[in-house]
Amino acid sequence: MALKGSTAIIGVHDTRVGKVPEKSATALCVEAVLGALADAGLRLADVDGLVTCNSMAQPHMYHAEMVAEYLGLKPRYCATAAAGGGATFTVLYQAALAIEAGICDTVVIAMADSLRSGLSREAAMVMQSSSGHAQFETPYGATVPGYYALIAQAYLHAYDARPEHFAAVAVSGRQHACLNPAAEMRKPITIEDVLASRLIADPLRLLDCSLVSDGGAAVVLTRADRAAHAPHSPVYLLGAGEGRGHEHISQAASLTQSAARLSGERAYAMAGLSPADVDLAQVYDCFTPVVLIEMEDLGLCGVGEAGDFFLRGDGAPGGRLPINTHGGLLSHTHPGNPGSMFALTESVRQLRGGLGERQVADANVALVHAQGGILSSHCTVLLGTEATL
Amino acid sequence: MSDKPLPPVDAESRAYWEACNTGRLLLQRCAACASVQFYPRVLCAQCGAVSPEPVDASGHGIIRTFTIIRRAVSAAFDADVPYVVALIELAEGPTMMSNIIDSPLEAVAIGAPVQLTFERRSDAINIPQFRLVP
Ligand SMILES: [Zn+2]
Repeated sequence: MALKGSTAIIGVHDTRVGKVPEKSATALCVEAVLGALADAGLRLADVDGLVTCNSMAQPHMYHAEMVAEYLGLKPRYCATAAAGGGATFTVLYQAALAIEAGICDTVVIAMADSLRSGLSREAAMVMQSSSGHAQFETPYGATVPGYYALIAQAYLHAYDARPEHFAAVAVSGRQHACLNPAAEMRKPITIEDVLASRLIADPLRLLDCSLVSDGGAAVVLTRADRAAHAPHSPVYLLGAGEGRGHEHISQAASLTQSAARLSGERAYAMAGLSPADVDLAQVYDCFTPVVLIEMEDLGLCGVGEAGDFFLRGDGAPGGRLPINTHGGLLSHTHPGNPGSMFALTESVRQLRGGLGERQVADANVALVHAQGGILSSHCTVLLGTEATL
Repeated sequence: MSDKPLPPVDAESRAYWEACNTGRLLLQRCAACASVQFYPRVLCAQCGAVSPEPVDASGHGIIRTFTIIRRAVSAAFDADVPYVVALIELAEGPTMMSNIIDSPLEAVAIGAPVQLTFERRSDAINIPQFRLVP
């Protein structure tokens, strides 16, 4: 099967993000679908596949079917991602396979949630308490930042790294967000600001942690031969790969290297590309140390060198390899499960071009990577312009 | 007794939690490949052989990594803040999560030796915990 170049993203849409109390999670998802279709120059009748993710604020057992019913769609291909992070790109990969296999022609992948406005404090606590192994982890009272802090501490120890290395990731992301009118956090920050923010779970501080938001985004994925008629330049799926290690962090074989190595290798192999070919990357940044580990595992930095990469400004706007060009989960937006979608829509916009001062020069290949669980489940996707086919 | 979460004991973990009640930490050893694992499973996760045998842990280990929680996960942990969550590498090989209790916070470090203890959380549940070896 030659998945490389056989499907393309022809439509993207982001809803307003941040605090959006006037819209329910379902309404945000619907808005994302309609916006992405308008961007693709298509109508609802052109859609025969729908993929969503479940919402924490308005959960449904059959979420994608619920959204399809709301829209009056009867899709041939319909799937709900149960989680966020890497699962977002996994369902994109699977949608591409469904198109390649002839099951459907045009799939809308739309994800939205109202974590900020639609979730009670109690529900948020329950959500947090339910991460981790109910018998062998949860009784010890770790928080989600706490689980990631275990990785952070191990990283500092393994590479003789400093909290400044984590802070540099937050600063770099904020620099990008300052160029993104849609980003929630647009006030510049310094390393000192990050290090002065309050400790949440040592060594992680408030500004090492991603946002909690409302919002959603969607993409339209279609067969490459249908993409030629779209109003915007198609952005082709060049490669995808998945990798998994553990589920619970206490079962991780390594705390400083992850299955991003596997997902990256598989995606590069499918695309026939190497890390040197990547012009920009969106690397899942739920917490700053995660970015360092992923950069190294994806071959975008040497092992133990990602902190210096960010301290040098190599990932910042105009840097050697711009990372999280929309501001990421740290500074753009993080509505929970749909968070990775904004990395996808941003990558498509970068490869289309014309983003003004935020535009990465000569962008032809974008890498998007996300993980879920606690550094558990990884998916890497490589996207490219027509020139890369 | 506290409002802290109790493990939802199931058929496969009953023997483990019953051993905890008598102050023993059970691991499992595979008869086929000799690997030792935590948590209890119906098979060896290394080779797939069924029914790994329960073995007592020595209770010795080192801190593989840790964090100090400054914002509690729930009200039940508020009084403990700041508290340590750690991954303990047991002398037998496997890693398990634990708190580091009854120990000076500033002495908690990666590589520090720790010793098994227990925290009585309910009549039925005795939670394995670790403290620094003085
Ligand atoms: Zn075995």
